[in-house]
Amino acid sequence: MRANACIEIGAPAALIWREVSDPARYLHFMSGVTRWEVSGEQRTGVGARYRMLLAVGSAEVGGLIEVVESKEPSDLAWTSVTGVDQRGRWRLRERTRESGSPVTRVELRLAYGVAGAGLAGWVAERLAAPSVRGHLRRSLWQLKRQVEHEQLRAQAAERRAARAGV
Amino acid sequence: MPPEGEAESAAARPHGNGNGNGHNGHADAEAALRAAVREQAARDEAAREDDPDREDADGGGLTALPGRLVRGVSGWVTSRVPAADLDERDPDYIRESLPRLWLLCSFWFRGEVRGLGNIPEDGPVLLVGNHSGGNMTPDTLLFTLAFSTYFGVERVFHQLAHNLVVSMPFLSPLRKFGTVAASHENARKALRSGAAVLVYPGGDYDVFRPTWQGSRIDFGGRKGFIKLAIDEKVPIVPVVSIGGQETALFLSRGEHLAKALMLDKLFRLKALSISIALPWGLNIGDMAGHIPLPAKITVEALPPIDLQEEFGEAPDPDEVYDHLVRTMQETLDALAAERRLPLIG
Repeated sequence: MRANACIEIGAPAALIWREVSDPARYLHFMSGVTRWEVSGEQRTGVGARYRMLLAVGSAEVGGLIEVVESKEPSDLAWTSVTGVDQRGRWRLRERTRESGSPVTRVELRLAYGVAGAGLAGWVAERLAAPSVRGHLRRSLWQLKRQVEHEQLRAQAAERRAARAGV
Repeated sequence: MPPEGEAESAAARPHGNGNGNGHNGHADAEAALRAAVREQAARDEAAREDDPDREDADGGGLTALPGRLVRGVSGWVTSRVPAADLDERDPDYIRESLPRLWLLCSFWFRGEVRGLGNIPEDGPVLLVGNHSGGNMTPDTLLFTLAFSTYFGVERVFHQLAHNLVVSMPFLSPLRKFGTVAASHENARKALRSGAAVLVYPGGDYDVFRPTWQGSRIDFGGRKGFIKLAIDEKVPIVPVVSIGGQETALFLSRGEHLAKALMLDKLFRLKALSISIALPWGLNIGDMAGHIPLPAKITVEALPPIDLQEEFGEAPDPDEVYDHLVRTMQETLDALAAERRLPLIG
Protein backbone atom coordinates (compact mmCIF):
# COMPACT_ATOMS: atom_id res chain seq x y z
CA MET A 1 0.00 0.00 0.00
CA ARG A 2 1.31 3.42 -0.87
CA ALA A 3 0.44 6.64 0.87
CA ASN A 4 1.73 10.06 0.01
CA ALA A 5 1.18 13.69 0.82
CA CYS A 6 2.63 16.89 -0.52
CA ILE A 7 2.78 20.52 0.39
CA GLU A 8 4.43 23.74 -0.77
CA ILE A 9 6.77 25.38 1.67
CA GLY A 10 7.90 28.95 1.19
CA ALA A 11 11.57 28.24 1.79
CA PRO A 12 14.58 27.05 -0.19
CA ALA A 13 15.07 23.29 -0.46
CA ALA A 14 18.37 23.51 1.42
CA LEU A 15 16.57 24.77 4.52
CA ILE A 16 14.04 21.93 4.37
CA TRP A 17 16.78 19.41 3.68
CA ARG A 18 18.41 20.42 6.94
CA GLU A 19 15.27 19.32 8.76
CA VAL A 20 14.51 16.09 6.94
CA SER A 21 18.08 14.82 6.88
CA ASP A 22 18.64 15.27 10.61
CA PRO A 23 17.32 12.31 12.61
CA ALA A 24 17.27 14.36 15.81
CA ARG A 25 14.51 16.59 14.41
CA TYR A 26 12.04 13.91 13.37
CA LEU A 27 10.25 13.70 16.70
CA HIS A 28 9.56 17.45 16.46
CA PHE A 29 7.60 17.40 13.24
CA MET A 30 6.64 13.81 12.37
CA SER A 31 3.11 13.09 13.50
CA GLY A 32 2.54 9.67 15.08
CA VAL A 33 6.26 8.89 15.22
CA THR A 34 7.08 7.68 18.71
CA ARG A 35 10.70 6.76 18.03
CA TRP A 36 13.35 7.78 15.52
CA GLU A 37 16.74 6.81 16.87
CA VAL A 38 20.08 6.42 15.21
CA SER A 39 21.22 2.82 15.23
CA GLY A 40 24.95 2.47 14.75
CA GLU A 41 27.80 4.90 14.21
CA GLN A 42 26.62 6.68 11.08
CA ARG A 43 24.07 9.45 11.70
CA THR A 44 23.22 10.60 8.17
CA GLY A 45 23.76 9.71 4.52
CA VAL A 46 23.48 6.46 2.62
CA GLY A 47 23.88 3.53 4.99
CA ALA A 48 22.64 5.35 8.11
CA ARG A 49 20.24 3.25 10.10
CA TYR A 50 17.40 4.35 12.32
CA ARG A 51 14.99 2.56 14.58
CA MET A 52 11.59 4.11 14.01
CA LEU A 53 8.06 3.49 15.20
CA LEU A 54 4.79 4.96 13.99
CA ALA A 55 1.60 4.65 16.03
CA VAL A 56 -1.12 3.12 13.87
CA GLY A 57 -4.21 1.68 15.50
CA SER A 58 -3.34 -0.47 18.49
CA ALA A 59 0.33 -0.87 17.66
CA GLU A 60 3.48 1.09 17.11
CA VAL A 61 4.75 -0.30 13.83
CA GLY A 62 8.06 0.21 12.14
CA GLY A 63 11.42 -1.35 12.75
CA LEU A 64 14.96 -0.81 11.60
CA ILE A 65 15.30 1.27 8.43
CA GLU A 66 18.29 2.20 6.31
CA VAL A 67 18.89 5.23 4.11
CA VAL A 68 19.43 3.99 0.56
CA GLU A 69 19.48 7.26 -1.34
CA SER A 70 20.62 10.69 -0.24
CA LYS A 71 20.89 13.41 -2.90
CA GLU A 72 21.20 16.73 -1.20
CA PRO A 73 18.96 18.74 -1.33
CA SER A 74 16.34 16.86 -3.32
CA ASP A 75 15.88 13.16 -2.51
CA LEU A 76 16.15 11.08 0.63
CA ALA A 77 14.92 7.49 0.52
CA TRP A 78 14.94 4.64 2.99
CA THR A 79 13.93 1.04 3.11
CA SER A 80 13.19 -1.36 5.95
CA VAL A 81 15.74 -3.80 7.28
CA THR A 82 13.52 -5.42 9.92
CA GLY A 83 9.90 -4.98 10.94
CA VAL A 84 7.10 -3.95 8.64
CA ASP A 85 8.16 -3.75 4.98
CA GLN A 86 8.43 -0.11 4.04
CA ARG A 87 9.98 2.27 1.57
CA GLY A 88 9.89 5.96 2.22
CA ARG A 89 11.02 8.99 0.29
CA TRP A 90 11.32 12.73 0.69
CA ARG A 91 11.20 14.61 -2.63
CA LEU A 92 12.07 18.27 -2.50
CA ARG A 93 11.67 20.32 -5.71
CA GLU A 94 12.51 24.00 -5.54
CA ARG A 95 11.26 26.69 -7.94
CA THR A 96 11.15 30.46 -7.84
CA ARG A 97 7.94 32.45 -7.56
CA GLU A 98 7.23 35.44 -9.79
CA SER A 99 8.08 37.60 -6.81
CA GLY A 100 11.51 36.01 -6.79
CA SER A 101 11.14 34.19 -3.50
CA PRO A 102 11.90 30.47 -3.43
CA VAL A 103 9.20 27.88 -2.86
CA THR A 104 9.73 24.13 -2.48
CA ARG A 105 7.27 21.39 -3.24
CA VAL A 106 7.77 18.70 -0.59
CA GLU A 107 6.43 15.22 -1.12
CA LEU A 108 6.53 12.47 1.47
CA ARG A 109 5.86 8.95 0.23
CA LEU A 110 5.51 5.80 2.25
CA ALA A 111 4.88 2.34 0.82
CA TYR A 112 4.25 -0.32 3.44
CA GLY A 113 2.97 -3.83 3.93
CA VAL A 114 3.72 -7.23 5.36
CA ALA A 115 4.80 -9.71 2.72
CA GLY A 116 3.16 -13.10 3.12
CA ALA A 117 0.33 -11.89 5.35
CA GLY A 118 -2.33 -12.81 2.79
CA LEU A 119 -5.83 -11.43 2.81
CA ALA A 120 -5.58 -10.13 6.38
CA GLY A 121 -2.47 -8.20 5.39
CA TRP A 122 -4.24 -6.74 2.35
CA VAL A 123 -7.22 -5.64 4.47
CA ALA A 124 -5.02 -4.30 7.27
CA GLU A 125 -2.94 -2.22 4.83
CA ARG A 126 -6.07 -0.59 3.45
CA LEU A 127 -7.67 0.02 6.80
CA ALA A 128 -4.45 1.53 8.10
CA ALA A 129 -4.16 3.85 5.09
CA PRO A 130 -6.34 6.73 6.39
CA SER A 131 -4.36 6.80 9.62
CA VAL A 132 -1.01 6.70 7.79
CA ARG A 133 -2.09 9.38 5.31
CA GLY A 134 -3.26 11.53 8.20
CA HIS A 135 0.13 11.20 9.86
CA LEU A 136 1.92 12.14 6.62
CA ARG A 137 -0.31 15.17 6.04
CA ARG A 138 0.09 16.43 9.60
CA SER A 139 3.84 15.83 9.42
CA LEU A 140 4.11 18.02 6.33
CA TRP A 141 2.05 20.79 7.91
CA GLN A 142 4.25 20.69 10.99
CA LEU A 143 7.36 20.70 8.82
CA LYS A 144 6.04 23.70 6.89
CA ARG A 145 5.26 25.59 10.08
CA GLN A 146 8.63 24.77 11.57
CA VAL A 147 10.67 25.71 8.49
CA GLU A 148 8.74 28.87 7.68
CA HIS A 149 8.86 30.07 11.28
CA GLU A 150 12.54 29.36 11.42
CA GLN A 151 13.00 31.31 8.19
CA LEU A 152 11.00 34.25 9.53
CA ARG A 153 13.08 34.25 12.68
CA ALA A 154 16.27 34.14 10.63
CA GLN A 155 15.06 37.05 8.44
CA ALA A 156 14.09 39.06 11.51
CA ALA A 157 17.52 38.42 13.01
CA GLU A 158 19.14 39.61 9.77
CA ARG A 159 17.07 42.79 9.80
CA ARG A 160 18.00 43.44 13.42
CA ALA A 161 21.65 42.89 12.62
CA ALA A 162 21.40 45.25 9.63
CA ARG A 163 19.74 47.93 11.74
CA ALA A 164 22.35 47.55 14.44
CA GLY A 165 25.06 47.86 11.76
CA VAL A 166 23.53 51.10 10.46
CA MET B 1 2.58 -31.25 38.16
CA PRO B 2 5.71 -33.37 38.29
CA PRO B 3 8.24 -32.69 35.57
CA GLU B 4 7.70 -34.91 32.59
CA GLY B 5 11.14 -36.51 32.82
CA GLU B 6 10.57 -37.50 36.43
CA ALA B 7 7.21 -39.07 35.62
CA GLU B 8 8.76 -41.06 32.82
CA SER B 9 11.66 -42.38 34.88
CA ALA B 10 9.35 -43.39 37.72
CA ALA B 11 7.21 -45.40 35.32
CA ALA B 12 10.21 -47.08 33.69
CA ARG B 13 12.15 -48.01 36.83
CA PRO B 14 10.39 -51.28 37.94
CA HIS B 15 10.71 -52.76 34.44
CA GLY B 16 14.27 -51.70 34.01
CA ASN B 17 15.38 -53.45 37.22
CA GLY B 18 13.52 -56.75 36.74
CA ASN B 19 16.10 -58.41 34.50
CA GLY B 20 17.13 -61.46 36.59
CA ASN B 21 16.10 -65.13 36.20
CA GLY B 22 15.33 -67.84 38.75
CA HIS B 23 14.77 -67.47 42.49
CA ASN B 24 17.59 -65.02 43.14
CA GLY B 25 16.65 -63.00 40.11
CA HIS B 26 13.03 -62.99 41.21
CA ALA B 27 13.99 -61.89 44.74
CA ASP B 28 16.22 -59.19 43.30
CA ALA B 29 13.41 -57.96 41.13
CA GLU B 30 10.99 -57.96 44.10
CA ALA B 31 13.51 -56.05 46.20
CA ALA B 32 14.06 -53.60 43.41
CA LEU B 33 10.31 -53.15 42.99
CA ARG B 34 9.87 -52.58 46.75
CA ALA B 35 12.70 -50.06 46.66
CA ALA B 36 11.10 -48.30 43.70
CA VAL B 37 7.76 -48.12 45.54
CA ARG B 38 9.47 -46.73 48.66
CA GLU B 39 11.35 -44.26 46.52
CA GLN B 40 8.14 -43.18 44.80
CA ALA B 41 6.39 -42.78 48.18
CA ALA B 42 9.28 -40.65 49.44
CA ARG B 43 9.14 -38.56 46.29
CA ASP B 44 5.36 -38.08 46.69
CA GLU B 45 5.89 -37.06 50.30
CA ALA B 46 8.57 -34.57 49.28
CA ALA B 47 6.28 -33.17 46.59
CA ARG B 48 3.53 -32.75 49.21
CA GLU B 49 5.92 -30.89 51.47
CA ASP B 50 7.05 -28.67 48.58
CA ASP B 51 3.51 -27.79 47.61
CA PRO B 52 1.17 -27.56 50.58
CA ASP B 53 -1.79 -26.78 48.26
CA ARG B 54 -1.40 -30.07 46.52
CA GLU B 55 -3.65 -32.89 47.68
CA ASP B 56 -2.81 -36.48 47.20
CA ALA B 57 -4.47 -37.74 44.05
CA ASP B 58 -5.46 -41.08 45.55
CA GLY B 59 -6.07 -39.86 49.06
CA GLY B 60 -8.34 -37.19 50.40
CA GLY B 61 -11.43 -39.39 50.61
CA LEU B 62 -11.09 -40.95 47.19
CA THR B 63 -11.19 -44.68 46.96
CA ALA B 64 -8.37 -46.57 45.27
CA LEU B 65 -10.12 -47.07 41.91
CA PRO B 66 -11.07 -43.44 41.29
CA GLY B 67 -7.59 -42.54 42.51
CA ARG B 68 -6.03 -44.72 39.82
CA LEU B 69 -8.47 -43.31 37.28
CA VAL B 70 -7.50 -39.77 38.27
CA ARG B 71 -3.81 -40.66 37.95
CA GLY B 72 -4.45 -42.26 34.59
CA VAL B 73 -6.36 -39.33 33.12
CA SER B 74 -3.97 -36.85 34.68
CA GLY B 75 -1.04 -38.80 33.22
CA TRP B 76 -2.72 -38.84 29.82
CA VAL B 77 -3.11 -35.05 29.90
CA THR B 78 0.48 -34.69 31.08
CA SER B 79 1.67 -36.88 28.23
CA ARG B 80 -0.13 -34.64 25.76
CA VAL B 81 1.68 -31.54 27.01
CA PRO B 82 4.45 -31.04 24.49
CA ALA B 83 7.97 -30.73 25.83
CA ALA B 84 9.03 -27.11 25.77
CA ASP B 85 10.92 -26.57 22.59
CA LEU B 86 11.83 -22.92 22.48
CA ASP B 87 12.86 -23.32 18.86
CA GLU B 88 9.23 -23.87 17.90
CA ARG B 89 8.79 -20.11 18.04
CA ASP B 90 8.64 -18.92 14.46
CA PRO B 91 9.38 -15.20 13.88
CA ASP B 92 8.22 -15.34 10.25
CA TYR B 93 4.89 -16.82 11.29
CA ILE B 94 4.47 -14.15 13.96
CA ARG B 95 5.31 -11.41 11.49
CA GLU B 96 2.79 -12.71 8.97
CA SER B 97 0.16 -12.98 11.70
CA LEU B 98 0.59 -9.44 12.96
CA PRO B 99 -1.90 -7.89 10.49
CA ARG B 100 -4.60 -10.30 11.71
CA LEU B 101 -3.85 -9.42 15.31
CA TRP B 102 -3.69 -5.74 14.45
CA LEU B 103 -7.12 -5.84 12.80
CA LEU B 104 -8.64 -7.62 15.77
CA CYS B 105 -7.01 -5.45 18.41
CA SER B 106 -7.44 -2.12 16.63
CA PHE B 107 -11.00 -2.42 15.42
CA TRP B 108 -12.67 -4.90 17.76
CA PHE B 109 -10.96 -4.16 21.08
CA ARG B 110 -9.73 -0.62 20.27
CA GLY B 111 -6.66 -1.68 22.17
CA GLU B 112 -4.23 0.71 23.70
CA VAL B 113 -0.84 -0.29 25.09
CA ARG B 114 1.21 2.12 27.17
CA GLY B 115 4.61 2.06 28.77
CA LEU B 116 6.38 -0.36 26.44
CA GLY B 117 9.42 1.86 26.86
CA ASN B 118 9.58 0.64 30.47
CA ILE B 119 10.55 -2.82 29.31
CA PRO B 120 14.36 -3.22 29.18
CA GLU B 121 15.60 -3.00 25.61
CA ASP B 122 17.32 -6.37 25.75
CA GLY B 123 18.12 -9.27 28.03
CA PRO B 124 15.81 -11.58 29.94
CA VAL B 125 12.86 -10.08 31.74
CA LEU B 126 9.85 -11.52 33.52
CA LEU B 127 6.65 -9.77 32.50
CA VAL B 128 4.01 -10.35 35.15
CA GLY B 129 0.43 -9.62 34.22
CA ASN B 130 -3.09 -9.83 35.52
CA HIS B 131 -5.13 -12.07 33.28
CA SER B 132 -8.57 -11.28 31.94
CA GLY B 133 -11.19 -12.31 29.44
CA GLY B 134 -11.70 -16.04 29.99
CA ASN B 135 -10.14 -18.44 27.53
CA MET B 136 -10.12 -15.85 24.74
CA THR B 137 -7.52 -13.74 26.64
CA PRO B 138 -7.74 -10.54 24.57
CA ASP B 139 -5.14 -8.90 26.82
CA THR B 140 -2.54 -11.48 25.76
CA LEU B 141 -3.34 -10.98 22.08
CA LEU B 142 -3.00 -7.23 22.41
CA PHE B 143 0.19 -7.36 24.42
CA THR B 144 1.77 -9.90 22.05
CA LEU B 145 0.95 -7.64 19.10
CA ALA B 146 2.30 -4.56 20.85
CA PHE B 147 5.48 -6.28 22.06
CA SER B 148 6.19 -7.84 18.65
CA THR B 149 5.75 -4.60 16.74
CA TYR B 150 7.58 -2.46 19.30
CA PHE B 151 10.66 -4.66 19.76
CA GLY B 152 10.36 -6.55 16.47
CA VAL B 153 9.66 -10.24 16.03
CA GLU B 154 13.41 -10.84 16.27
CA ARG B 155 13.32 -10.28 20.03
CA VAL B 156 12.52 -13.62 21.61
CA PHE B 157 9.31 -13.52 23.61
CA HIS B 158 7.65 -16.49 25.30
CA GLN B 159 4.31 -16.72 27.02
CA LEU B 160 3.54 -19.30 29.68
CA ALA B 161 0.16 -20.98 29.28
CA HIS B 162 -1.88 -23.60 31.08
CA ASN B 163 -1.14 -27.24 30.19
CA LEU B 164 -4.59 -27.65 28.66
CA VAL B 165 -4.00 -24.75 26.30
CA VAL B 166 -0.72 -26.04 24.90
CA SER B 167 -1.98 -29.63 24.65
CA MET B 168 -5.03 -28.78 22.51
CA PRO B 169 -4.28 -29.75 18.89
CA PHE B 170 -6.18 -26.82 17.34
CA LEU B 171 -4.17 -24.37 19.44
CA SER B 172 -0.82 -25.63 18.19
CA PRO B 173 -0.18 -22.36 16.27
CA LEU B 174 0.24 -20.73 19.68
CA ARG B 175 3.54 -22.58 20.01
CA LYS B 176 4.78 -20.72 16.94
CA PHE B 177 4.08 -17.53 18.86
CA GLY B 178 6.39 -18.80 21.58
CA THR B 179 3.78 -20.13 23.98
CA VAL B 180 5.07 -22.90 26.25
CA ALA B 181 3.49 -24.85 29.11
CA ALA B 182 3.60 -22.97 32.39
CA SER B 183 6.24 -24.62 34.54
CA HIS B 184 9.32 -23.44 36.38
CA GLU B 185 11.53 -25.55 34.12
CA ASN B 186 10.17 -23.97 30.95
CA ALA B 187 10.32 -20.46 32.39
CA ARG B 188 13.91 -20.99 33.53
CA LYS B 189 14.90 -22.37 30.16
CA ALA B 190 13.35 -19.40 28.37
CA LEU B 191 14.89 -16.81 30.71
CA ARG B 192 18.32 -18.44 30.47
CA SER B 193 18.08 -18.18 26.70
CA GLY B 194 17.73 -14.41 27.15
CA ALA B 195 14.04 -14.20 26.30
CA ALA B 196 11.30 -11.97 27.65
CA VAL B 197 8.78 -14.22 29.39
CA LEU B 198 5.17 -13.30 30.03
CA VAL B 199 3.56 -15.01 32.99
CA TYR B 200 0.11 -14.69 34.48
CA PRO B 201 0.49 -15.92 38.06
CA GLY B 202 -3.26 -15.89 38.64
CA GLY B 203 -3.82 -18.14 35.62
CA ASP B 204 -7.23 -19.78 35.43
CA TYR B 205 -8.10 -18.42 38.88
CA ASP B 206 -7.55 -14.83 37.74
CA VAL B 207 -8.92 -15.07 34.22
CA PHE B 208 -12.34 -16.25 35.36
CA ARG B 209 -12.88 -13.77 38.17
CA PRO B 210 -16.38 -12.28 38.14
CA THR B 211 -16.89 -9.28 35.87
CA TRP B 212 -17.57 -7.00 38.84
CA GLN B 213 -14.08 -7.85 40.11
CA GLY B 214 -12.56 -6.84 36.77
CA SER B 215 -10.45 -4.12 38.35
CA ARG B 216 -8.98 -6.30 41.08
CA ILE B 217 -5.52 -7.85 41.07
CA ASP B 218 -5.94 -11.35 42.44
CA PHE B 219 -3.15 -13.86 41.92
CA GLY B 220 -4.67 -16.21 44.49
CA GLY B 221 -1.50 -16.01 46.59
CA ARG B 222 0.67 -17.67 43.90
CA LYS B 223 4.25 -16.58 44.41
CA GLY B 224 6.29 -19.11 42.45
CA PHE B 225 7.16 -16.51 39.82
CA ILE B 226 8.92 -14.38 42.46
CA LYS B 227 11.23 -17.22 43.42
CA LEU B 228 11.91 -17.69 39.73
CA ALA B 229 12.84 -14.02 39.26
CA ILE B 230 15.04 -14.10 42.38
CA ASP B 231 16.83 -17.28 41.32
CA GLU B 232 17.39 -16.12 37.78
CA LYS B 233 18.20 -12.53 38.85
CA VAL B 234 15.90 -11.03 36.22
CA PRO B 235 13.83 -7.86 36.60
CA ILE B 236 10.06 -8.06 36.89
CA VAL B 237 7.98 -5.76 34.71
CA PRO B 238 4.37 -5.55 35.93
CA VAL B 239 1.85 -5.50 33.08
CA VAL B 240 -1.61 -4.28 34.05
CA SER B 241 -4.64 -4.65 31.82
CA ILE B 242 -8.27 -3.68 32.02
CA GLY B 243 -11.33 -4.39 29.91
CA GLY B 244 -10.90 -8.12 29.34
CA GLN B 245 -13.40 -9.04 32.00
CA GLU B 246 -16.07 -7.10 30.11
CA THR B 247 -15.84 -9.31 27.03
CA ALA B 248 -18.43 -11.61 28.66
CA LEU B 249 -20.46 -11.55 31.84
CA PHE B 250 -18.42 -13.73 34.15
CA LEU B 251 -20.63 -14.78 37.03
CA SER B 252 -18.47 -17.15 39.05
CA ARG B 253 -15.14 -18.92 38.97
CA GLY B 254 -16.96 -22.16 39.76
CA GLU B 255 -14.20 -23.34 42.08
CA HIS B 256 -16.51 -25.72 43.95
CA LEU B 257 -17.76 -27.17 40.67
CA ALA B 258 -14.18 -27.71 39.49
CA LYS B 259 -13.35 -29.44 42.75
CA ALA B 260 -16.49 -31.61 42.71
CA LEU B 261 -15.63 -32.77 39.17
CA MET B 262 -12.01 -33.35 40.27
CA LEU B 263 -10.81 -31.04 37.49
CA ASP B 264 -8.15 -29.68 39.80
CA LYS B 265 -6.62 -33.15 40.01
CA LEU B 266 -7.30 -34.20 36.43
CA PHE B 267 -6.27 -31.08 34.56
CA ARG B 268 -4.88 -28.71 37.23
CA LEU B 269 -7.99 -26.59 36.68
CA LYS B 270 -8.90 -24.62 39.78
CA ALA B 271 -11.90 -22.99 38.14
CA LEU B 272 -14.81 -23.99 35.93
CA SER B 273 -16.22 -20.62 35.12
CA ILE B 274 -19.88 -19.83 34.81
CA SER B 275 -20.53 -16.96 32.46
CA ILE B 276 -23.00 -15.54 30.00
CA ALA B 277 -21.26 -15.22 26.68
CA LEU B 278 -21.89 -15.20 22.96
CA PRO B 279 -22.95 -17.37 21.21
CA TRP B 280 -23.73 -19.89 23.94
CA GLY B 281 -25.77 -17.92 26.43
CA LEU B 282 -24.96 -19.73 29.63
CA ASN B 283 -21.36 -20.82 29.22
CA ILE B 284 -19.91 -23.36 31.64
CA GLY B 285 -16.16 -23.74 31.61
CA ASP B 286 -15.54 -21.66 28.47
CA MET B 287 -13.74 -24.68 27.00
CA ALA B 288 -14.90 -23.90 23.48
CA GLY B 289 -14.21 -20.23 23.95
CA HIS B 290 -16.73 -17.54 23.16
CA ILE B 291 -17.17 -14.52 20.95
CA PRO B 292 -15.77 -11.72 23.07
CA LEU B 293 -17.76 -8.53 23.31
CA PRO B 294 -15.91 -5.56 21.79
CA ALA B 295 -14.72 -4.10 25.07
CA LYS B 296 -11.95 -1.54 24.96
CA ILE B 297 -8.76 -3.11 26.30
CA THR B 298 -6.01 -1.01 27.82
CA VAL B 299 -2.65 -2.46 28.86
CA GLU B 300 0.08 -0.63 30.71
CA ALA B 301 3.62 -1.83 31.36
CA LEU B 302 5.12 -0.38 34.54
CA PRO B 303 8.76 0.41 35.31
CA PRO B 304 10.88 -2.68 35.95
CA ILE B 305 11.50 -3.91 39.49
CA ASP B 306 15.03 -5.10 40.16
CA LEU B 307 14.41 -7.41 43.11
CA GLN B 308 17.98 -7.51 44.42
CA GLU B 309 18.31 -3.75 44.13
CA GLU B 310 15.00 -2.93 45.78
CA PHE B 311 14.66 -5.72 48.33
CA GLY B 312 18.26 -6.67 49.10
CA GLU B 313 20.39 -9.67 48.20
CA ALA B 314 17.86 -12.19 49.54
CA PRO B 315 14.43 -10.72 48.88
CA ASP B 316 11.49 -11.95 50.91
CA PRO B 317 8.93 -13.34 48.42
CA ASP B 318 6.02 -12.25 50.61
CA GLU B 319 7.29 -8.68 50.72
CA VAL B 320 7.87 -8.64 46.95
CA TYR B 321 4.42 -10.13 46.35
CA ASP B 322 2.71 -7.48 48.50
CA HIS B 323 4.65 -4.68 46.82
CA LEU B 324 3.90 -5.99 43.33
CA VAL B 325 0.19 -6.52 43.96
CA ARG B 326 -0.10 -3.07 45.56
CA THR B 327 1.70 -1.38 42.64
CA MET B 328 -0.39 -3.19 40.06
CA GLN B 329 -3.60 -2.49 41.97
CA GLU B 330 -2.85 1.23 42.08
CA THR B 331 -2.34 1.27 38.31
CA LEU B 332 -5.45 -0.78 37.73
CA ASP B 333 -7.46 1.61 39.91
CA ALA B 334 -6.17 4.53 37.82
CA LEU B 335 -7.06 2.72 34.58
CA ALA B 336 -10.52 1.90 35.99
CA ALA B 337 -11.03 5.55 36.92
CA GLU B 338 -10.37 6.51 33.28
CA ARG B 339 -13.18 4.30 32.06
CA ARG B 340 -16.53 6.01 31.84
CA LEU B 341 -18.65 3.14 30.60
CA PRO B 342 -18.29 -0.64 30.47
CA LEU B 343 -17.32 -1.99 27.03
CA ILE B 344 -16.93 1.49 25.56
CA GLY B 345 -14.13 2.38 27.90
